[in-house]
Amino acid sequence: MATPTLIKGGRSTRSTIALKLLMAVTGLVFIGYVLLHMYGNLKVFAGQDAFDTYAHHLRTFGEPMLPHKGLLWIIRVVLLLSIIGHAYAAFTLWARANSARTSKYVVKKAVAATLSSKMMRWGGVALLLFVVFHLLHLTTHTINVNGDPESPYDRVVSSFQPEQWWVAAIYLLAMVALAMHLRHGVWSACQTLGLTNNARSRMRANSVAVFVAVLVAGGFALVPLSILFGIVD
Amino acid sequence: MKLTLNIWRQANQQAQGAMRTYELDGVSEDMSFLEMLDHLNEQLNEKGEDPVAFDHDCREGICGMCSLMINGQAHGPEVTTTCQLHMRSFKDGDTITIEPWRADPFPVLKDLVVDRSAFDRIIQSGGYISVNTGSAPEANNLPVAKEKADRAFDVATCIGCGACVAACPNGSASLFLGAKITHLGELPQGQPERWTRVVDMVAQHDHEGFGGCTNIGECTAACPKEIPLDVISQLNKDLRTAMRHGL
Repeated sequence: MATPTLIKGGRSTRSTIALKLLMAVTGLVFIGYVLLHMYGNLKVFAGQDAFDTYAHHLRTFGEPMLPHKGLLWIIRVVLLLSIIGHAYAAFTLWARANSARTSKYVVKKAVAATLSSKMMRWGGVALLLFVVFHLLHLTTHTINVNGDPESPYDRVVSSFQPEQWWVAAIYLLAMVALAMHLRHGVWSACQTLGLTNNARSRMRANSVAVFVAVLVAGGFALVPLSILFGIVD
Repeated sequence: MKLTLNIWRQANQQAQGAMRTYELDGVSEDMSFLEMLDHLNEQLNEKGEDPVAFDHDCREGICGMCSLMINGQAHGPEVTTTCQLHMRSFKDGDTITIEPWRADPFPVLKDLVVDRSAFDRIIQSGGYISVNTGSAPEANNLPVAKEKADRAFDVATCIGCGACVAACPNGSASLFLGAKITHLGELPQGQPERWTRVVDMVAQHDHEGFGGCTNIGECTAACPKEIPLDVISQLNKDLRTAMRHGL
């Protein structure tokens, strides 16, 4: 509701743009993380030893300067703080957008919106649910426990066998959601960070967004697909 | 041509509105969209019905007074203002849905008329420069680089019509805000108040209840003055700089 008053003492850190900056910066943290995660996953093509050694070294990385699993816990804390910030900004802006238009249009035509941009919010919720599933599956082994618990390679390969195709299906669907989230998210982050001040940089940001989306989602999807079709066993 | 019109009718700000259907004959393709509504209102007047209230002023595409959501698009299917939209953009037998701008900071006053004084308050909160009045200064005293002058001029074409808000899925006024910030930020006269301006204008924008931008781009597609999306990037950049200055 419009209020005929002028606000005094506005602060940059209290603005909706500050929330967007929080969203962009935490989003960049996730992009850095998924790139590293994808690199680790692709070790599956180098065989069981390479994959399991990589997983083992993640836990001993930085020893003796860091305690056992020290790096892993640092990453976990950074990711947890980032997800809290990202989700807080998203839900606050979502609620704001809803209260900015309480009477809806009878007819509303979208002219410029990409499918990815329309899927941003519910797609984000879907990804959050997927992350919970993924942690229950391969971190805590609560869901679908199979394979040798001592060998991460064995657990991954046995998870994506064709007999339980639904596991691979969930992961592949999540990668579609991730690709769409990255497609709009990378572009949007560039815009929020003020990097797209002319038509050419806007086009470049859009190209980078598509590239990152295809690279990350494609790289991740290769693993379950290869196992499903028996290329890796 | 003959048209079916679905029009939002609302008696006043407090009243509950509803869509009403009107059949309209004798529409020429040379009529502007507003002339078509004038034609409808003449008929309603003859029948003793309340004419449809809508905003308009210059009718030459420069004042930013006319609005209207036409078939789900702000200012209708062409990239122009409603007053410069002509009935040749429609066909005989078409059904046209006409609604007011929908955003809570723009309350409907009557039928298709909304109160856009939220924009005035955003301007009042910082969309100006403070200079001493007096005789005009020597024109060449203050050199402005060609690219800056061009960009400032291009975004200064914003007429504040509110189509960006109407088209935005979040009900954000970021394109309007970005146009004003970029316009004054590119010019030397805008520099002294540059960082307080962006903070104050964004604070007023948020206070009015507009939504946040998610960089979808519906605003720039609806803008009759084709203000590019990069003004929002500029707005974000200026706000970030203000943040660094501790404002």
